[in-house]
Amino acid sequence: MIRIDGISKSWGDRHILRNCSLDVKRGETLVVIGSSGTGKSTLLRCIIGLLAPDSGRVFVDGHDVHALDPKELAALRSRMGYLFQSGALINWLNVADNVGLPLVETRNMPEAEVKTRVDNALDMVGLAGTHKLMPDELSGGMRKRVGLARSLVTEPEILLYDEPTTGLDPVTAHIIDQLIVDMGAKLGVTSVVVSHDMEGVYRVADRVAMLYDGRVIAVGSPEDIRGSMDPIVSQFVTGALEGPLSANSRGVAGKSTAREMSAPQVSGQQIPDKKEHEEESQS
Amino acid sequence: MRSYFAGAAAHTGYTVRLLFHALACAFRNPRTKMTLTIMYDYGLKSLPVVAIVAFFSGMIISLQTGIQLVRFGQEEFIGIIVAQSFAREFGPFMTCIILVGTVVSAYAAELGTMNVSEETAALEVMSIDPVGYLVTPRIIALTIMTFLLTICADGIGILGGGIVAKTQLNVPFNRYFENAIESLQGRQWFGLPKDLYGGFVKGAITGCVIAAIGCAEGLTAHGGALGVGRSVRRAVIISIVMILILSFDLTWLFYRAFTR
Repeated sequence: MIRIDGISKSWGDRHILRNCSLDVKRGETLVVIGSSGTGKSTLLRCIIGLLAPDSGRVFVDGHDVHALDPKELAALRSRMGYLFQSGALINWLNVADNVGLPLVETRNMPEAEVKTRVDNALDMVGLAGTHKLMPDELSGGMRKRVGLARSLVTEPEILLYDEPTTGLDPVTAHIIDQLIVDMGAKLGVTSVVVSHDMEGVYRVADRVAMLYDGRVIAVGSPEDIRGSMDPIVSQFVTGALEGPLSANSRGVAGKSTAREMSAPQVSGQQIPDKKEHEEESQS
Repeated sequence: MRSYFAGAAAHTGYTVRLLFHALACAFRNPRTKMTLTIMYDYGLKSLPVVAIVAFFSGMIISLQTGIQLVRFGQEEFIGIIVAQSFAREFGPFMTCIILVGTVVSAYAAELGTMNVSEETAALEVMSIDPVGYLVTPRIIALTIMTFLLTICADGIGILGGGIVAKTQLNVPFNRYFENAIESLQGRQWFGLPKDLYGGFVKGAITGCVIAAIGCAEGLTAHGGALGVGRSVRRAVIISIVMILILSFDLTWLFYRAFTR
């Protein structure tokens, strides 16, 4: 369903992804783990076409994502959902309008059907009755769940989750994990989940891939990863203090790069990254 | 230095493409409700400050010029000077400068915050064009509101000038307004008084351009709150410079090119 074929991505002299390859089968839930700043979010953004890799290709259902024209890309994205770390709710729309936004804007759906779907999606994430609340009235965890409801409301075939349970209490995190499992088991949704929460990883994953230094260093079943003898994988999954991973490993330096997006495309073209220009002009 | 100019040229190109893309989106989906909301939230709420500045500016022009005209016994022509100043230049210029502070900076801050908090990325992911959804209504709203606020500024400025002409220079109201109206009807442009409509059109075109600048700066913001602040500052600076450049260019176009 998703084939990532040797992609690399750098920001200036910081190499975020290095020749990274992965396959995700239809209906499978792949969880990508790794230290902060190792390129997990960048990988998700490359899959959905928000970021273009410097080299390599990403195929979704046979389509080369970065070779599609804007219309084709929009059509492909309409089959996908994406949960942002922060929820990324539109700040002047209430919860119901946020969740119903993709239906109203892209599906021309009758109002009654939009309402039914919004109600169902909010029920699924445990937020029934919050329709009229504005984003600034929600906690971080609630925002994330509203973001998840917005991703689910279009009934996508592929869902990409960027840290879906970070910041949630254990019970809510468990509910969200179960929801991810159900999406795969009952609806056949293909999921790629970026997570640090190892308990949740073992609950939802069909397979786990570990990123380190921009590369995929391990792929396997949750049991394989749990029992891995690789010192990096082993330290990460056990959270041990001693080992090759340390707070000042290179991975930390890359944090936030994926979130510093280029400007939205205009007529299929993007403005060259400003930061690069600033760096160039300083040199 | 070369790459600095390359970056500036690329950014200018982005702003121009953004403007045309947004206008193209307006034909597909004008988003009337959102446009009207923005017109009310930003445009109409800027009316009090536009009115106050225009009223006092009219009074200042009338008093300063009138004091000189009194020396030559020509004070009854003060209406012509105030009306011509406001209609041809001061009305649209003053309105646009005020709107840079009240609206363009707000556009840059809003869209910049949306950009750094991934809301524009979320729109893209949902197959919603951020330009059509966010930029088009803002540009259309500011274009219309600049046109309307310029009319208000002209009227209120001329009224302020008239009050000073009456109370300080002893020019009767009817004489002041007769001269003012007569002077504005002098030149015709497609059957309409050129001095009056030239100013309104100048305001609308400039409003359209500064709205695009505010939106472009917001959409290219990066680096959190600091980056949003930088975008707002850049939007204000570029807009003020563009108002001056456009003001000269459009004056040349209306009063030199079209008369040849």
